Amino acid sequence: MGQAQEIALADLRAQIARLEGRPHGSAQALPFAVSAVDRRLPHGGLALGGLHEVAGGSLGAVHGAAAALFTAGILARLQGPVLWCVRARDLFEPGLAAVGLHPDRVIYVEAGNDKNILLCLEESLRHGGLAGVVGEVSLLTMTASRRLQLAAEASGVTGFVIRRWRNPAAAADFGQPTAATTRWRVTALPSTPLPVAGVGRPRWFVELIRSRAGECADWELEACDAQGFVALPADLADGSLAPAAGRGRAVA
Amino acid sequence: MLAALDGARRLVTAADHAAQTLGLAPGLPLAQAQARVPDLHIEAADPVADLAALERLGLWAVRRYCPLVAVDPPDGLLLDIAGAAHLMGSEQVLAEDLVQRSRASGLSARVAIADTIGAAHGLARFMGWPVTIVPPGGTRAAVAPLPIAALRLDAALVDRLRRLGFDTIAELEATPRAPLALRFGALVGRRLDQAHGRLAEPFEPLTDPILIDARRAFAEPIAAAETITRYIGKLVTALVERLEAAGLGARRLDLVIHRVDGGLQAIRVGTAAPARDVRRLTRLLVDKIETIDPGFGIELMSLTASLTEPLGAQQVGTLGEPPVTDIAGLVDALGNRFGPDKLYRAVAVQSDLPERAVRHVSALAPPSGETWPQRWPRPSRLFAKPEPVETLALLPDQPPVQFTWRGVRRRVKRADGPERVFGEWWRRDAERAAVRDYFMVEDEAGERFWLFRSGDGEDPATGDLTWYLHGIFG
Repeated sequence: MGQAQEIALADLRAQIARLEGRPHGSAQALPFAVSAVDRRLPHGGLALGGLHEVAGGSLGAVHGAAAALFTAGILARLQGPVLWCVRARDLFEPGLAAVGLHPDRVIYVEAGNDKNILLCLEESLRHGGLAGVVGEVSLLTMTASRRLQLAAEASGVTGFVIRRWRNPAAAADFGQPTAATTRWRVTALPSTPLPVAGVGRPRWFVELIRSRAGECADWELEACDAQGFVALPADLADGSLAPAAGRGRAVA
Repeated sequence: MLAALDGARRLVTAADHAAQTLGLAPGLPLAQAQARVPDLHIEAADPVADLAALERLGLWAVRRYCPLVAVDPPDGLLLDIAGAAHLMGSEQVLAEDLVQRSRASGLSARVAIADTIGAAHGLARFMGWPVTIVPPGGTRAAVAPLPIAALRLDAALVDRLRRLGFDTIAELEATPRAPLALRFGALVGRRLDQAHGRLAEPFEPLTDPILIDARRAFAEPIAAAETITRYIGKLVTALVERLEAAGLGARRLDLVIHRVDGGLQAIRVGTAAPARDVRRLTRLLVDKIETIDPGFGIELMSLTASLTEPLGAQQVGTLGEPPVTDIAGLVDALGNRFGPDKLYRAVAVQSDLPERAVRHVSALAPPSGETWPQRWPRPSRLFAKPEPVETLALLPDQPPVQFTWRGVRRRVKRADGPERVFGEWWRRDAERAAVRDYFMVEDEAGERFWLFRSGDGEDPATGDLTWYLHGIFG
């Protein structure tokens, strides 16, 4: 890309940002510290002050275990308190602490149903003062997501919606458009092979299904470590193995 | 035993449990009682002091349970718990807490919760057990079998009615009203109507002179939500000024609304930490505004800080430092909406049993700084109740080769374990020998599960070798 083109692009981006009503250059992003991932994201990381949707693939659409860990890993790398709204109690806090999300930072709210969770999410996003807000819902309409996205933009708090459905078939709902900045799907993959019997570091198939002002992408990654960082598997990092090609992309 | 003068006679007015087992009951002439039991311990009754003690108890109930409490002499308290029970959890919890705490301070209490004052009064005194809760709308059925003495009529009147064959409220209710009123006066009919909720009853709530409050009377009754909001703001401002002067912060606010028709309504909101911020306290109250029914208009509103804690002056901010948004306001707003026990933080507990490794504390509790040991893998989702699975596994310490969970059979590709967890024998006898062996297993698709086998695989006393699925890893 030539110098002139880059200047023209930056100018256009500034114009769009002005139209959207936010000051240019305010968009902050949290890098994943994996260049293969950050390269594909606008601003080189996960946009802060926006709404992000995370869902699990296959059985994960129901229990959302990997989606919760993926979200917790991102939150672990932010500073400040976190509010986590759940329908009922099934999160296991020691599991979240294992990816670096310290229990002292998280306030859990049992809101009972989707409507209350969305209410709770919007209120906490508007309030500010939090590093992130997480809600676990099954249905997210365009209107609801738009409200959350605007609230997140206004306060700069990052919002996460973990989508969980009652059965894997209902996850087709994930194809419906929402106003979220990004949309992710995290599916558990067989763990890193070990030379001895046992389970190695878990791996995920991470799909970026939608990204505002960006492109879709997918990666095979090693799950979050104790500091919340994902990693590129060693056997793929040097390109010796072809990455799994576009699996399950058709849903988007 | 207590005795008092009634006209020219001295009567027994109260007898303790020991005296009652000897057959001495209130209403008996004292001379007769002394003839039956010669060495009685008799104290002079002091109704004035009794009433004062009852009022003190009432004010305690104001602080602990609900803003509207009235005394029901000689021996009752009336609590208007509408809109306040949720702060304790539920009506049942509130009633049981009341009975327990009274018992701890040497009083035997009986509690009834019903739609009307009359019904609650009768049920508390004539049901044989400590807690009676009548569901909304169930008043009629609940009071029907009660004796007519439950209607708050004086003893002579009850006696006359009994002589005519009226025993229960149901019988009285089924009788034509006109002859009854002609013969016994209007009181019988009025009490019946009050018990069934057909007639309103005056309610004179106690006020504590020590508590800080602000009140406002309106020349013209107000009813619109916007007007109420505006005046709530003014009341909060006035209250906060007084709290500031006293160096206190509010932990609980009671807004009592007096309607033109004499009805009272109360809103109670709580805060997790003492607060004196006008905007925040106003918001908590305004959030509840939809529960107010202004009827024909509101003529008086009073706001009381029924629970306060010392709160010193705070520095607002220093130069050059970005202001830190306080999340206490958010926690209060959510806590008042969903109930304070639905908002919590997790704290690590030193226990190997996963169910006991987590304790929940208040959302604004000081940080513990502790976390769980990271040596062993822990799932991100844990089932409250482990789900039994069918497995194929080798004994004594091999992971399963395959298992069936929720109707789906999964072949185990890789597994880690066992992690042996022993029962906590110091808690329960049943756990003395109990053992669980936890395995992390991965199926062919890559889903990772946390399974455990109850028992060590050798000694049947440690468990029955059933397999359970307890959690799911990410």
